[in-house]
Amino acid sequence: MSLLNHTATELLAKLESREVSSAELTAAYLKQIETLDPQVQAYLRVLPESALAKAKEIDARRAAGQPVGKLGGLPVAIKDVICTQGEVTTCASKMLETFVPPYNATVVEKLRAADAVLIGKTNMDEFAMGGSTENSAFQATKNPWNLECIPGGSSGGAAACLAASMAPLSVGTDTGGSIRQPAALCGVTGMKPTYGRVSRYGLVAFASSLDQIGPLAHTVEDAALLLAVLAGHDPLDSTSADVEVPDYRAALSQPLKGLKIGVIKEHFGEGLDNEIAAAVQAAVQEYEKLGATAKEISLPHSKYGIATYYIIAPCEASSNLARYDGVHYGYRTDEKAMLAELDAERAALVKAGQQQEADNLDTPLVRLYRQSRAEGFGPEVKRRIMLGTYALSAGYYDAYYLKALKVRRLIRQDYDHAFKEVDVILGPTTPTPAFKMGEKLNDPLAMYLEDLYTVTANLAGVGGISIPCGFTKSNLPIGLQIQAPAFAEAKCLQAAHLFQQATDWHNRRAKLQ
Amino acid sequence: MSERPYDIVIGLEVHVQLKTRTKLFCRCSTQFGLSPNTSTCPVCIGMPGSLPVMNREAFGLALKTAVAINCHIPEFTKWDRKQYYYPDLPKGYQISQYDLPMSEKGWLEISDPKGEFEPKKVGITRAHLEEDAGKSLHDEVAGKADSRIDLNRTGTPLLEIVSEPDMRSPREAKAYLTELKLLLEYLDVSDCNMQEGSLRVDANVNLHIHNGEGQKIATPIVEIKNMNSFRAVERALAYEAQRQYEVYQETGRTIGQVPKQTRGWDDQAMVTRGQRHKEESSDYRYFPDPDLCPVITTAAEVEAVRNNLGELPAQLRVRLESTYGITPYDSDVIVSQGRPTVEYFVTLAEATADGKRASNWVQQEVLRVLNETGGAISDFPVKAAGLAVLVKAVIDGELDVSRAKEVFNDMVATGKSAAAIMQERGIEKVDSSALKALCAELLAASPRIVADVKAGKEQAVGAIVGQAKRKNPNVSPGEVRAICLELIQEM
Repeated sequence: MSLLNHTATELLAKLESREVSSAELTAAYLKQIETLDPQVQAYLRVLPESALAKAKEIDARRAAGQPVGKLGGLPVAIKDVICTQGEVTTCASKMLETFVPPYNATVVEKLRAADAVLIGKTNMDEFAMGGSTENSAFQATKNPWNLECIPGGSSGGAAACLAASMAPLSVGTDTGGSIRQPAALCGVTGMKPTYGRVSRYGLVAFASSLDQIGPLAHTVEDAALLLAVLAGHDPLDSTSADVEVPDYRAALSQPLKGLKIGVIKEHFGEGLDNEIAAAVQAAVQEYEKLGATAKEISLPHSKYGIATYYIIAPCEASSNLARYDGVHYGYRTDEKAMLAELDAERAALVKAGQQQEADNLDTPLVRLYRQSRAEGFGPEVKRRIMLGTYALSAGYYDAYYLKALKVRRLIRQDYDHAFKEVDVILGPTTPTPAFKMGEKLNDPLAMYLEDLYTVTANLAGVGGISIPCGFTKSNLPIGLQIQAPAFAEAKCLQAAHLFQQATDWHNRRAKLQ
Repeated sequence: MSERPYDIVIGLEVHVQLKTRTKLFCRCSTQFGLSPNTSTCPVCIGMPGSLPVMNREAFGLALKTAVAINCHIPEFTKWDRKQYYYPDLPKGYQISQYDLPMSEKGWLEISDPKGEFEPKKVGITRAHLEEDAGKSLHDEVAGKADSRIDLNRTGTPLLEIVSEPDMRSPREAKAYLTELKLLLEYLDVSDCNMQEGSLRVDANVNLHIHNGEGQKIATPIVEIKNMNSFRAVERALAYEAQRQYEVYQETGRTIGQVPKQTRGWDDQAMVTRGQRHKEESSDYRYFPDPDLCPVITTAAEVEAVRNNLGELPAQLRVRLESTYGITPYDSDVIVSQGRPTVEYFVTLAEATADGKRASNWVQQEVLRVLNETGGAISDFPVKAAGLAVLVKAVIDGELDVSRAKEVFNDMVATGKSAAAIMQERGIEKVDSSALKALCAELLAASPRIVADVKAGKEQAVGAIVGQAKRKNPNVSPGEVRAICLELIQEM
């Protein structure tokens, strides 16, 4: 069995027993990336030199009997929306193509302190906006299970690099499903922790009240290993919760008796693929076999989830992305050409006797803003900036943003009620399996519906995990979503682990040459 | 005062830079005058992924100020983003407070010691915290419109204090600003330095014109900016009132017929000028900042702040007047100098048991010297206790006021005590029998003066007083005069 087919937990044991060195392991992954990533295109940038240097440094420490961190030299891939000091961080946007952060995100600091080897930065939808990774300004990542299909998004690279065994662990972000949906479509395990569980400092904001960093891995055990490193209060993030982080790996070894699972009625309605419905039903039965009791529950306001999400997220995005104005950093339009064009426009208007129009032309500063943003952002980002700007405008705020906040509260209450009756909530992660590249590119609404089952967790702030629970006839992975109350990640992981102990969907890897 | 055909209606917006060591949402220094862009970090220059964390000290200073201006402090307050594009605003929004400010509905009492207007309470609409923007430096050398941005100021905590339109004259506006600044200084929450921009004032002004039929017609509201001193505020308001009256007479335009205009004050030309309209920027698309948590302030916390405010100017004036019997004018002068001067006065008044005399000495001598030298009262060589010895000597008749002032000047110059200087100068109380003998001797030598006084020309005795002072500088002119008149009567 190839080294790369092991789980991170197994690899960590090998590292700790010195059966394999971090440098060897890192080199093996780098080789795999070199072989397969030209097809998959999961990575925007691979960091071979710094990764190997770090791996060697960890090996030396281990050899000298010095302490080594919790991740003990395991390679970790990082979504390119998380700032890495001295390394380009692009958010898959032309706007930040050359941006080099002078600081590390808190999670990067934590990963370094835990002796993770940062192996590369993964591809994503531009500024994490999208569900297919086709919105990257640089490349479209392919689904390792079928290279004609999308890997999901926005953490498409983060999920695909796992599915193609190009990393044992990967860090993604989830604003409306961006970890869980690609995890489902790529047949891996991906968790969105509770809002506030993981520091957002250094995560380039899309929608601040929804964004959350989380782990992607092959197994729940691996995800627990990574989450333990990522989680915890951060004084640099006012929204990070000062709630104790339990020992997630230890929690997994606890027996889980009398688990009460809720199956969301609303998730089995129109739009759900039949094969997915069947796989999820089968998973529910599997749980019952394992001693859990299942009952149907309702999240009556979940039908408003997409509408609510597509108001709140764009509103926050329109504000968060205002800073990319071509003035301080990032992409700036060619100023000389811009000024020449402006002069020519003015001259033409004056010549045509249209003095009034000439006077109303943009000032050079305004033109700099307009043009830099027009050229630096892709169409989906612009669409959301426009949506958000509109919804926050005078006269529309109450009807859209304020209304959305009220619905958000109702959705949160739905969860509160549901969790009075059940420990975890089960359902499909996505309505459909991975679709063909380009299929929904010109239909934003269809793309937005990809988030149908995932957005409500972000709106309510609760955590959720997606684990593999089957495959379609055409051999595409199916994801099972498990959601748990706020800060009950341990419960969520336990429930997911229970399933993985009884099934082997998670052990399957895509076969690529 | 001449009767104007209109009322001036003035509201003021004051931006106060709070005296914190670090910025409102990051740990960069707020020190003034550092070289450009050196006091910055990813947070205050709005780098991707950076997040704000509220500075508790700034909130504390804001709370103290809000309580001192009698504001209601709601239990819940939050942060909002005010969104607009400008190069010195690196995030594309300013973190401010919109619909739920940290304080509202307060007041500040103003009065004029010369009685030019009736004392009144000026309403405070609200006071809220926000971060400052950076500075744009427009350098137009060699025809190139080159702009530079300094982000050192970006993120500095500002308290915006918005008054109600309760002021009715430029004089009242100035009194409001003076009283507010004094209060801020007593609270020690701001440097209040208008030159360095730690205190900034914008005014909203319009007129209510009497139409002669018992009705008042409001003119369009104008916001005046760019006023760099309180005097400039007073002048700009006076100018603007006259201008608006003339425009009204010319055009008849009333409020609502034209959009609110912004005008800048030109201190050289002494006129306000219309400012070019920015992009139609009235829609700031405010919404709650999702990166920051709401701030909860309990009633107990507000009480604790209130109990620790110390004695503030308005209370101090009342105390000085009632305890030491000085006039409102005198108490205003002393209190306006700040707490150390008040303490100096109180020590002097207590030690001499003569508030009026203490007030005179502080104002006419101590403050005169400080004005001349530009020094601070804390460094003044003559301490209150030392001055008290001299003033008591005057009260006891050991020397007269004019000689005491000479002694005082020597004390300032040399730092020596009053007793030492009086001894050096041979100043001592003249024995009353010796004084009587001296008077008798001088009168005997001047029968002419005696005759004049007897004939009713009492002032003729002044010549004798002069002669006595030449013979012995220690004599008290008042006493010499009284003794001489007594002796002449007996003659």
